[in-house]
Amino acid sequence: MRFVDEYREPGAVLRAVDALKRASTRRWRIMEVCGGQTHAILAHGLDALLADAVELLHGPGCPVCVTPLETLDRALALAERPDVTLASFGDMLRVPGSRGDLFGARARGGDVRVVYSPLDAVALAERLPGRRVVFLAVGFETTVPAVAGALRVARARGLANFAVLAAHVRVPPALEAIREAPESRVEAFLAAGHVCTVMGTAEYEPIARRLRVPIVATGFEPLDVVQGAALAVEQLERGEARVEIQYRRAVRPEGNPVARALAFEVFEVVDRPWRGIGVVPAGGLALREAWAAFDAERLFPELAGEAPPEPAECRAGDVLRGVLRPPACPAFGTRCTPESPLGAPMVSAEGVCAAYFRYRVADPGGREAGVA
Amino acid sequence: MTAKLDPAALASPSCAAPVEPERVILSHGAGAGASARLLAERIFPHLDNAWLAARHDGAVIEAAGARLAFTTDTFVVHPLEFPGGDIGSLAVHGTLNDLAMCGARPLALSCALVLEEGLALEALERVARAIGAAARAAGVPVVTGDTKVVERGKGDGLFVNTAGIGVVPAGRELRPDRVRPGDAVLVSGPVGCHGAAVLSVREGLAFEAEIESDSACLAPLVEALFEAGPAVSCLRDPTRGGLGAALHEIAAGAGAEIELEEAAVPVTGPVRAACEILGLDPLFLASEGRLVAFVPEAHAETALAALRGHPLGRAAARIGVVREGRPRVVVRTALGARRLLPLPAGDPLPRIC
Repeated sequence: MRFVDEYREPGAVLRAVDALKRASTRRWRIMEVCGGQTHAILAHGLDALLADAVELLHGPGCPVCVTPLETLDRALALAERPDVTLASFGDMLRVPGSRGDLFGARARGGDVRVVYSPLDAVALAERLPGRRVVFLAVGFETTVPAVAGALRVARARGLANFAVLAAHVRVPPALEAIREAPESRVEAFLAAGHVCTVMGTAEYEPIARRLRVPIVATGFEPLDVVQGAALAVEQLERGEARVEIQYRRAVRPEGNPVARALAFEVFEVVDRPWRGIGVVPAGGLALREAWAAFDAERLFPELAGEAPPEPAECRAGDVLRGVLRPPACPAFGTRCTPESPLGAPMVSAEGVCAAYFRYRVADPGGREAGVA
Repeated sequence: MTAKLDPAALASPSCAAPVEPERVILSHGAGAGASARLLAERIFPHLDNAWLAARHDGAVIEAAGARLAFTTDTFVVHPLEFPGGDIGSLAVHGTLNDLAMCGARPLALSCALVLEEGLALEALERVARAIGAAARAAGVPVVTGDTKVVERGKGDGLFVNTAGIGVVPAGRELRPDRVRPGDAVLVSGPVGCHGAAVLSVREGLAFEAEIESDSACLAPLVEALFEAGPAVSCLRDPTRGGLGAALHEIAAGAGAEIELEEAAVPVTGPVRAACEILGLDPLFLASEGRLVAFVPEAHAETALAALRGHPLGRAAARIGVVREGRPRVVVRTALGARRLLPLPAGDPLPRIC
């Protein structure tokens, strides 16, 4: 399969690993931002291959994981309303809020649908004129243009029964927060390639300069991750801190201006709480005033609840900032598993604790990642 | 007489809010961890016996000097027709395959239909025709059955249950607990074709792909395997939950580790492409015409040659080995690293990114 096979070919990956090790004079700490990258690293065993030269710290980049509890609870409350059909991407349906997940709401009689595209949710609203169809929109900047496009279609078709519950998050403010945290161990970032496909790399330039940190827009296949880490190591060895693009087959510095314009026609930057991290200034996107008629937050204000507390035992914040490795958490694999998670990173398949639980045969620290 | 409600009782802290009863969720039927727990916690305790405890695809019962294999399966696939098959042929193949995984030669099938009010008779007849054609092709008659109709909205068009009996020839002892460290793991062909074919036509997910279900009756392949004479420890058809769930079940039944060689697992190009797009893993997509064979190492080459010599096993491959160790499934990646193969949490769901 083109664009996949050549980036997984073992010979090429192992040669790139060797080159990186030769270029590295010490063990650098590099954070991959995106859950998809974390998934690739653990599924292919890249962290073990690179261990001499690079410690990979896993970032907060799973939008499903950082969706706040109060948003999940609001989605659950919507799904329980007899007049509402709630639609979302498949992996959102298993994420527990403080009162269970959306699959549970469906089992109790709620109308909850899996869609593959926001446009499918619009089509649902067209087919079900007597119901209010709410699309739970999650994701980084990558998925925002598709949701904005769906809203434009809904408005053009005069669909008054379609709305969006937006939980979109932005990457750059999270990188700043992580790098600026006093206990931060991150020396370079591998930025999420797909986010840069839409947004470009311009907004990372001031972060790299101000915080003296190399940022490499990196893809998701094994060779991508190793190449991205190698570019970061080269910069670190030379004492540089620039923005670079490894994921050249998809990312241009200017991003995709058409998609971006569409996104910001509908959405605006807001402060948003990230589950496990707290409120990230400018860390999210919400519907603009002009789109209030499609905004589930405004349409169902009575469902806004207090943010329920996270279990005190969960150290998700430390994990998501790269301060604590998941297997080193006392609750990991015992009181916290994917089936009964204490916190955000154990929740989604792409969450970092879940990835360790699912893939790690044994941690270098000696603790076995259990299998149910 | 009417009891008076004491207002104090309502205010009493001992009057706790009713606990929300646990309910069945779709993951309970997905052939993975939740399914296993549902059976272990809610059903098996009430039916406890040695046959169920063996956790095999069917039961082998001794009667009048013969060993009879007995199994049943219910089919709720949606849509009713999909590329390469339909619910009728699937219902025949699925039950015949469960018999074949016991090493049995099939004797007869039953077929029960649950029909939803409003189903087009023409659609019903198409399914019946498919059941008949598949049963005839396998040389196994449908000898008894039942039909029920439920009100509109109480069924998904049509559900099919089939049961089957067969005779297990002497010398065939196939059970998960017979799998031993050192056994080779073979698969009879590319995995995940059925799951991908059904997904490709499912509402809201439809994508253009030339993927046909692998649905087929495996009995002739199993006969060809035994004719070649290798010792076989266990057979399993990786249906719901795919190869991944099947390996987990066998690892648990054998009390041993299974190491899977990632690069050796056959997957067709279109299935891989569909999985890439949807964010799914072909290891967890169902096959309905493939088998996994656990064979002592000394017999592995004979068994592999026998599978490859049959049209249903042309692309058979050796994909792993059973090792001493905790019951779990470990993947050796193409890059040489070892990682766990996770147990799927439920039905495969397309991911957000």
